[in-house]
Amino acid sequence: MKPPAFRYHSPRSLPEALDTLDAVGHDGKVLAGGQSLIPILNMRLAAPGHLVDINGLTELAYVRTDADGVRVGALARHADVEADADAHRAVSLLRQGLRLVAHPVIRNRGTTVGSLVHADPSGEMTAVLSLLGGSVELARLGGTRRVGAADFFTGPLESCVEPGEMAVSAYFPRLRGRTGTEFIEAARRHGDYAMCGVAAAVTLDDDLRIVSARAAYLSVSPVPLVLDLTETLAGATPDTAHWRAAGELAADRTEPDSDIHATAEYRRHLVRVLTARALRTAAVRGADPAVGGDGQGSDDQGSDDRECGARD
Amino acid sequence: MTITEAPPAARKKAAPEPPAPRAVGSPLPRKEDLRLVMGEGRFLDDLGRDAYEAAFIRSPHARARVLAIDIGPALGVEGLIAVYTYQDLPGRLAEPLPMLIPHPGLTHGRTGYPLAKEYVNHVGEAVVMVVARDRYAAEDACEKITVEYEPLPPVVGIENAFRADELVHPDVPGNVAGHVVQETGDARAAVAAAPYSLELHLDIERSACMPMEGRGVFARWDVADGSLRIYSSTQTSSGVRAAVAAKLELPLLKVECVTPDVGGGFGVKIVHPWPEEVLVPWVARLLDHEVKWTEDRREHFISSAHERGQLQTVRVGFDGRGRILGLDVDILHDNGAYTQYGLIVPLITSTQLLGPYKPGAYRVEFRSLYTNTVMVTPYRGAGRPQGVYAMERTMDSIADHLGLDRADVREANLIRPEEMPYDHGLLFQDGRPLVYDSGDFPASLDKIKKLVGWDEFAAYREQARAEGRRVGIGLAAYVEGTGVGPYEGGHVQIETSGKVYVATGLTSQGQGHETVFAQVVADELGVAVEDVTVTTGDTRRMGYAVGTFASRAAVMSGNAIALAARGVRDKALRIAGEALGVAPRKLEIVQGVVRSRDDPAVSIPLGTVAVLSNPLRYAFDEASKAATQFGGTPDHSRPPVAEGDEPGLEAREFFSPPRATYANGVHAVIVETDPETAEITVLRYCVVHDCGHLLNPMIVEGQVHGGVAQAVGGALYERMHYDESGQLLNASFMDFLMPYASETPVVEIDHLETASPMNPLGIKGAGEAGVIPGTAAFASAIEDAEGFPITKMPIQPCELFRLRQRFEAGEIPPLRRRAGAPNNVDEELCQP
Repeated sequence: MKPPAFRYHSPRSLPEALDTLDAVGHDGKVLAGGQSLIPILNMRLAAPGHLVDINGLTELAYVRTDADGVRVGALARHADVEADADAHRAVSLLRQGLRLVAHPVIRNRGTTVGSLVHADPSGEMTAVLSLLGGSVELARLGGTRRVGAADFFTGPLESCVEPGEMAVSAYFPRLRGRTGTEFIEAARRHGDYAMCGVAAAVTLDDDLRIVSARAAYLSVSPVPLVLDLTETLAGATPDTAHWRAAGELAADRTEPDSDIHATAEYRRHLVRVLTARALRTAAVRGADPAVGGDGQGSDDQGSDDRECGARD
Repeated sequence: MTITEAPPAARKKAAPEPPAPRAVGSPLPRKEDLRLVMGEGRFLDDLGRDAYEAAFIRSPHARARVLAIDIGPALGVEGLIAVYTYQDLPGRLAEPLPMLIPHPGLTHGRTGYPLAKEYVNHVGEAVVMVVARDRYAAEDACEKITVEYEPLPPVVGIENAFRADELVHPDVPGNVAGHVVQETGDARAAVAAAPYSLELHLDIERSACMPMEGRGVFARWDVADGSLRIYSSTQTSSGVRAAVAAKLELPLLKVECVTPDVGGGFGVKIVHPWPEEVLVPWVARLLDHEVKWTEDRREHFISSAHERGQLQTVRVGFDGRGRILGLDVDILHDNGAYTQYGLIVPLITSTQLLGPYKPGAYRVEFRSLYTNTVMVTPYRGAGRPQGVYAMERTMDSIADHLGLDRADVREANLIRPEEMPYDHGLLFQDGRPLVYDSGDFPASLDKIKKLVGWDEFAAYREQARAEGRRVGIGLAAYVEGTGVGPYEGGHVQIETSGKVYVATGLTSQGQGHETVFAQVVADELGVAVEDVTVTTGDTRRMGYAVGTFASRAAVMSGNAIALAARGVRDKALRIAGEALGVAPRKLEIVQGVVRSRDDPAVSIPLGTVAVLSNPLRYAFDEASKAATQFGGTPDHSRPPVAEGDEPGLEAREFFSPPRATYANGVHAVIVETDPETAEITVLRYCVVHDCGHLLNPMIVEGQVHGGVAQAVGGALYERMHYDESGQLLNASFMDFLMPYASETPVVEIDHLETASPMNPLGIKGAGEAGVIPGTAAFASAIEDAEGFPITKMPIQPCELFRLRQRFEAGEIPPLRRRAGAPNNVDEELCQP
């Protein structure tokens, strides 16, 4: 449980970091919150020759909200994003998902952008980015590029970040229209990797009829899975919608794997149940008059456990 | 100088002071906590900054032959000091590790070698030891060493072990390490003749102790003195000392073992010597340099010990009131690859299964089977959770079969208080008769029913069901033999400062011994708890000791220390009596001062008594002058130290009871199961607990809380996921799920204090109680919520989901009483 030797770099600016990453290429790894990387190193599952510690790049420790969405810098901790009131008003799904990310002490240290780059198929933020159609900005010496969520995740624990590149920010766009969201999971213990998790967004028209229902899933596919379930719900109101049908459709469209915590069959069952629950809550939030025409519904009053969903 | 001179305060008009409050029985804060919460604890890995560090190459195969080891590529690793394999082991180190607890039924006991000789028998068995300047370099070297294996087909799972198509040890037929039968009466005939009978097939899986601090050992060799000091994170420093002295062929008096702060044990650290505990001291001597090994978490999962895995078959015969007439139990116990700790776990299961009940005629037979997995040794509860599970599942089945209330069936089978002492006619794990000394089991059952609201629950369940919720209640009772022998010792010494120093040989892993033993001494001696300092687990202070296990520390050391304190008190009163000219029986000790009961102004501090107890030639300070040859007013007709006496105000006593003392209790749990996701939530957890007199109620309750947390883990979360090739798939805290605080219920506790007649303090052990009936209670509650039998524990949501599917498909029979109407009497009681 001790890492093999590596060279430690502590750049003081983004250009310096990019210089270093360019120089070390394939043999380099960015260290931000270290909540996944350090255990991987200690278990000798990876042995990069160079660690580029970006914790000195305080200019990347930001959460910026504007009319279109929320931009999160590479050094913003999960806890910073979770606590940010502007970000929550603009994109409620962020806080709804973040409070299911492990435990507070891990969220104090782990970064949102880092968890995206880690691309764990059970990561909550991968599902949030995917459902919102967000993007990640990647920088390298001499240039930057922006990659949409659909292209960013390439496999389990694999993202499209190239050697020499680093993710400098992620962008979570605001959902338009009368839209409510919800994020629920079933996990073995509080804060564990979910057996199944669902991020849902439901958009209503002015008559409170459903015009769009989409959901993103974690722990049931190698990369984040986004399903459009509108066909089972379109035209219904939150009171009359056939949520179970939406759940059935989602279950039909997922091919989860078994592991020691949940069989594939049980996971698919959770997809069925949690989809219905998440969509219903999202729709109710969307219908809340306080939401108006532009937002994802507030859930400030909800306590952690209430919002944990599966146990409601 | 007149030593009768008392301080001015004592000369004031002697208003009778109120008696000092007793320390025993008070929920005093723990003396050790300030040190621990300030980060000033001293654990194994805090020691030996400059020590060389060891790492081990461990078998990746469950069963294999070691063909070749190539250390060549490691030789260039910077910082490498030495590499050892079996071939390097000298003398007795090359022999198998000791068989700690022989038993006539253990016909084919086997232990491993410190480093694998030719075969490895589980993933994680140590093969190569690497020593380097630090652990980083040691692990670098491990990566470069190659071991060539010839993999052999492994035996994994109890059924496979019993089928014995493959043998773990080629010379152990049927994979059977041990086979024991105990019987009172003719149980099979009693079952056959009973009006009703049932057969149950039960399954309980492995878990493990998982202390937050793993194992670890640090050794320092003094070449000039030819002596060895070992620090080990152990539950028995005296055991480690003796084992290492034997293995390294050193005189016992040249070996010391000191236990630093230990971050939990729960049983796994009672096993000794671990391979590392003999190898690290050996290498320290060989290299004449400090050497340390600190276990990491993966090592702890695959190289220490597990517990609990059993398959049980119960045949029970009973009458129309649910009274058991005959009980015939067959247990297949998985002991893993080795039997270093003997048959203790299945022996406890087979005897403690009986709980507070009279079984009629009883027959129990167990086979302890080898598998190619980590060995099985006691984990808190030590075989009892399995036994209670078997018995309480049986009680629920009887109740269901007869349509009776589950608590009523238990009540009908209880041993009554007037039947104490109750002799079961069996031999317990200590080789002595299984005789219950105390307890009021009907009162315990009555208390839990009131605490949890047993009689009102049916209405609550109906109401919940109407709301679309599923809730269930379960209960389980246990009796725990605690405080087993052979003995422990206590040493109490009052220094001339008046401070009291206490030592006992058994070790502490966080139980609060520094506090409770100080409470005992404070009351016995009449001193303040703050003035008492307790040392445990240090062979320099107490060479004779057994260890901390079997809920025995308070019973064994607590009583030994009380006896020693009484010895010191007697001596202090005698010396003070001579000095004060007052008969000892007319003296008392209050707040560290010996004084006349008639005139408290006639007094002498205990520190001064300590001075007088040790006749001196040399004075070091003002106080000690009185004890020198020309000080005081000696009687020249007598020798300075009287015949039969010895200098010093100290005493050492041992406590060695003839038998164990038996604690008991009942747990009740209310669960809710999600009708859709099958997630299981604990709504309430209630405990009634009888460990005799409570030395420190807060510490006892803390013990219960911790035990309940482990019970929740064992029932709902923890298991060892071995695949068919013998790989442990969840050997990390990411996938081995212990309950967090968020999964652990608030524990509601009610106490019953029936004193034990087996020891001076009237106490019974409390360390393991919290964990024992948990799995049984949860199975009962989940069954109650779901309406079909639960026969396999632990249970996780995807398994409950699967059971529901099978139930709906008609593959599992419903309970005879329908869930939701549990107390309805079924009219069709079927005869066998």
